[in-house]
Amino acid sequence: MQSNAALEYDYSLAKKFTFLTILFGFLAMLVGTLIAAQMAFPELNYLIGEYGTFSRLRPIHTNTAVFGFTVSGIFATWFYVGQRVLKVSMAESKFLMVIGNIQFWIYFVGALLATISLLFGISSSKEYAQYQWPFDLVVVVIWVLWGVGMMGLIGIRREKALYISVWYYLACFLGIAMLYLFNNMAIPTYFATEGLGSIFHSVSFYAGTNDALVQWWYGHNAVAFGFTVPIVGMIYYFLPKESGQAIYSYKLSLLSFWGLMFVYLWAGSHHLLWSTVPDWMQTMGSAFSIVLILPSWGSAINMLLTMKGEWNQLTDNPLIKFMVLASTFYMLSTIEGPIQAIRSVNAIAHFTDWIPGHVHDGVLGWVVFMIMAAIFHMAPRMFKREIYSKKLMEAQFWLQTIAVVLYFTSMWIAGITQGMMWRAVDEYGNLMYSFIDTVTVLHPYYTIRTLSGVMYLLGFMMFAYNIYKTMTSGRQLTEEPQFRTPMA
Amino acid sequence: MDMDLRNLQGYASFFMSLFLVVMLYWYIIHLYRSEKKGERDYEKYGNIALDDEVTSTPVEDKPASEREYKEENK
Repeated sequence: MQSNAALEYDYSLAKKFTFLTILFGFLAMLVGTLIAAQMAFPELNYLIGEYGTFSRLRPIHTNTAVFGFTVSGIFATWFYVGQRVLKVSMAESKFLMVIGNIQFWIYFVGALLATISLLFGISSSKEYAQYQWPFDLVVVVIWVLWGVGMMGLIGIRREKALYISVWYYLACFLGIAMLYLFNNMAIPTYFATEGLGSIFHSVSFYAGTNDALVQWWYGHNAVAFGFTVPIVGMIYYFLPKESGQAIYSYKLSLLSFWGLMFVYLWAGSHHLLWSTVPDWMQTMGSAFSIVLILPSWGSAINMLLTMKGEWNQLTDNPLIKFMVLASTFYMLSTIEGPIQAIRSVNAIAHFTDWIPGHVHDGVLGWVVFMIMAAIFHMAPRMFKREIYSKKLMEAQFWLQTIAVVLYFTSMWIAGITQGMMWRAVDEYGNLMYSFIDTVTVLHPYYTIRTLSGVMYLLGFMMFAYNIYKTMTSGRQLTEEPQFRTPMA
Repeated sequence: MDMDLRNLQGYASFFMSLFLVVMLYWYIIHLYRSEKKGERDYEKYGNIALDDEVTSTPVEDKPASEREYKEENK
């Protein structure tokens, strides 16, 4: 430990992962916008042969959004928040710095190669788990390194109590570790067929309905432990810190934490309503999905109440706007999800565009807004410079908010229209519409979605530019701001 | 009563859920009761995020004193 030199937090890893967050965020949204355009204008599928088809690009969009953008954001904020709430600097341990840097480089190279593998069609064809087994092993190595770094930092902490955000990061670590391992259990067909199969092609350990159950236990909880738990961890740190207000009720944060942990893991079977999964399991999935409203709203309301008496900050600090909107979208998508999990609603909603609508008000409105807000908050502290432009931030906020609203409203209408048309029968009980009838009707909504994608992507580019200019030409700060982020 | 495996699974699932619900409610009571008795002040932990300089005094600093003790005795 350096006892003479003034001890400071070491943000080098937080910075590196911030760059990756922006890089992968841009990539995920660019591909997302392109495939949204392909849904509206199918001829866009044939721009670059097999590499430009929807089927190749869609896994790149989802996996880059989850394992590229969001996971980078989780790492970036962990290497910032972790040090601060544990009151210990990464610089105090050479070991932790080395582990963190190894984690960064394996992650960066691994994520790029994994993305390229999807482009070449190397896929295990399980949703959000498409990476083939060699990449799964790389993910395991990265995750173990993160775990070692996290436990190591906790081990040398000064602050005895673990702040609630740390609980959430720990849950993210443990949850993903368990889910990822079990769902990706697979055997390369080369070994299963006496050499006839391929080393890069594998089949799941599970079969039929069991495979579907494990897959959606994983898929739904990837949302839980990737898109919810760590993001709640972020808002529990960044909103109080930015506003200078302690969490409204720390006890409620603890209770919501355990509520979320208890309930979330049981809800995955709502993805398999009306399928061959046992009836009681479907009912359980629906019931737990409804109960899930309580812990989700517990956290969200706790955040909104944190702003009690300080709502004026909402009008003059755009960063607070980002976080309050994120929290509100969290409430919207955590009420929408349970509604979709009710069997009778699901009969109309399942397989329709309402589902991607739901996913995107959660991810664009909640996850991306919160991660961008976290980066805006961290940037002046990491680069010791003021945010380059408040006006640009405001413009970005409104552009992206309108984009999210356009996305989910168009998909609500499209999804319900689709669901109703599929089920419509005439007086003799014959189906009234063929599939292409629905496609024709949905075209305008697909076009609106494409437009919303372009707007959101543009907003993200404004964000990236603002951060780049902050780094390079923001006004230099002589001391670290305590609460409110300074911006020009 | 026919107690085949399915029935057993059903009962096990029900009573486990019930047990966990009781645990969760017990936890709420525990949180409030230990504050009322003056054993713990949970709300002070909210300050960990606000006062988070590396030189700030920890809200609960037992490991720090242990660390200093260790360092002094090196």
